[in-house]
Amino acid sequence: MKIIVCLKQVPDTNEVRINQETGTLIRDGVPSIINPDDKNALEEALRIKAAHDCTVTVLSMGPPQAKNALKEALAMGADEAILLSDRAFGGSDTWATATVLAAAIEKVGSYDVILCGRQAIDGDTAQVGPEIAEFLNIPQVTYAKKIDFKDGKAIVTRYTETGDYVIESKMPVLLTAIKELNVPRYPTVKGILNAYSPGSDNIKVWGIDDLTIDATQIGLKGSTTNVYKSFVPTKSKTNEMIDGLNGKEKAAKLIGKLSDLKLI
Amino acid sequence: MRRKVNQAINLSDYKDIWVIGEQREGKIHPVTTELIGEAKKLVEGTANQVMVVIAGHNIEAEVEKLLYYGVDKVYYINSPLLETFSTDGYSKAIAELILEKKPEIVLVGATSIGRDIGPRLAAKIGTGLVADCTKLEIDPSDGKLLQTRPAFGGNLMATIICPINRPQMATVRPGVMKKAVHEANAVGVVEKISPTLKDEDIVAKVVEMIPSGKKRINLTDAKIIVSGGRGIKGPEGFDLIKALADKLGGEVGSSRACVDCGWIDHMHQVGQTGTTVRPVVYIACGISGAIQHLAGMSDSDYIIAINTDPEAPIFKVCDYGIVGDLKEVIPAMMEEVDKLKAFEL
Ligand SMILES: Cc1cc2nc3c(=O)[nH]c(=O)nc-3n(C[C@H](O)[C@H](O)[C@H](O)COP(=O)(O)OP(=O)(O)OC[C@H]3O[C@@H](n4cnc5c(N)ncnc54)[C@H](O)[C@@H]3O)c2cc1C
Repeated sequence: MKIIVCLKQVPDTNEVRINQETGTLIRDGVPSIINPDDKNALEEALRIKAAHDCTVTVLSMGPPQAKNALKEALAMGADEAILLSDRAFGGSDTWATATVLAAAIEKVGSYDVILCGRQAIDGDTAQVGPEIAEFLNIPQVTYAKKIDFKDGKAIVTRYTETGDYVIESKMPVLLTAIKELNVPRYPTVKGILNAYSPGSDNIKVWGIDDLTIDATQIGLKGSTTNVYKSFVPTKSKTNEMIDGLNGKEKAAKLIGKLSDLKLI
Repeated sequence: MRRKVNQAINLSDYKDIWVIGEQREGKIHPVTTELIGEAKKLVEGTANQVMVVIAGHNIEAEVEKLLYYGVDKVYYINSPLLETFSTDGYSKAIAELILEKKPEIVLVGATSIGRDIGPRLAAKIGTGLVADCTKLEIDPSDGKLLQTRPAFGGNLMATIICPINRPQMATVRPGVMKKAVHEANAVGVVEKISPTLKDEDIVAKVVEMIPSGKKRINLTDAKIIVSGGRGIKGPEGFDLIKALADKLGGEVGSSRACVDCGWIDHMHQVGQTGTTVRPVVYIACGISGAIQHLAGMSDSDYIIAINTDPEAPIFKVCDYGIVGDLKEVIPAMMEEVDKLKAFEL
């Protein structure tokens, strides 16, 4: 069996700060991490690898520094890592990103399972996985919380707000992982040594010339959506601190106010 | 065959706003009427109509109910192959109808079904999709849909457009838009559509449904929500939260920290990766006010915060704040509510 994992390097949004004046992101000093849901996807691939005979290839589209995310994936146990990096890919929205990833998957060739994270924490769109599946014309199961294989089929438990659905699909299939799927491992010392040893150039880099791709469908000009404007959310709130000698007194004042406002 | 985007198309061929109706086990999901409410707002002052497309099997009676929300037409795609949701079946049937009828705007609920099928539809049709919008407007200058959504965990808001592809597609989270008003009389018509689906079109099939045994809570419709955070110190802390919620006739919410600790089920989680809520009163107890939490509750009419730390960020976004220990403040609040009730009698 062959598994392909798509992962994205993202800024840790917990650490992101906004320049209130310019409304832009302050990225300086913000650590880059493997997107959390993508790490669950990778972990699942590694577990499947341990249980079945298979190889795990990791793909990431991003700038050259996204190699760090791929190194971490290799240190965790992936067999092969490919970075999709080219100026022509810059400014891609989900349509254009999925176009590049689908072209790379076609170049990798044979595969049984594609694993993506449900969504990335910088954009939260949850669109790239399903769009790749459509471009490759294969079925998808999103929000996967349990994955098994039986008689050459994938048996996937899908989370929804109203209960779980067990879905059976032929392969190849694209699955998107949620955090309930597993707890990602830490890289082993041996893995780290192999992945990070100086001079080890174990990450392939593919650009536009390496892929069979329609150049009109990628990058900024191949994107379907553009940012019209961005702004820092503002809140207008009463912002009154209720004072009092103790909790009891404050509680009484608060309930009094809520009652005056006819809220309770 | 994969479709291309950014081709020269005639934008004036596209009209009307469509809502992708959602049903589960034959019952219409409330997000559908919320999207109808928003669509009706967007067509005001234009010649566009509001239409719903809904797929299923033998759900005529339920589908008819949509006509009481002032929609102009419901396309009901009826087939035994659509009895249970499948990405393959639903996306094929709905995409074919969209390609044929050319709506200008398509709204989808950002539920686990809508977020599954939305991108698949957009990719089939060859257009853009903007996820999890919290605000939609029509640009008065050129009629384009301005789609506003949080980015970077709610640190930034971005308004996004889909200028040259049609339809313009957006998913909208449940609980964000106001429901359409239920009218006394039905207007509009239901048009039945028979899709060109075959058995083999559905590759990924539902083989079993496991309803979550627990009572489903309804955070999106709650008028009052009392939420607990890590400051409640343990699972038993939710006894106190629940006692206050019950007294006020509200529901129990939670920060992600408590969900991650296993103190309460995920369905109670409010925030970016939980539920978006906008109750009349939101009471945050022992919640610090992380941006991802605020992303799910900052549209509440009144926000109350109880926290021992006067510097907690939640106080910056609240209407009324109490610096204090929730173990002291909450029981005192309940006593006061009892007093009020006694007074009413
Ligand atoms: C990608 C991503 C998505 C996320 N999505 C969500 C989400 O959807 N929802 C969400 O909530 N979080 C989300 N988070 C997590 C978020 O960043 C915070 O970690 C989380 O909200 C913190 O929860 P908390 O406020 O309960 O805990 P803490 O931040 O630990 O705060 C506890 C608070 O309790 C107060 N306190 C302690 N004791 C008492 C007492 N006795 N009485 C009163 N107050 C007391 C403390 O002063 C403190 O302010 C997400 C994070 C990431 C990275």
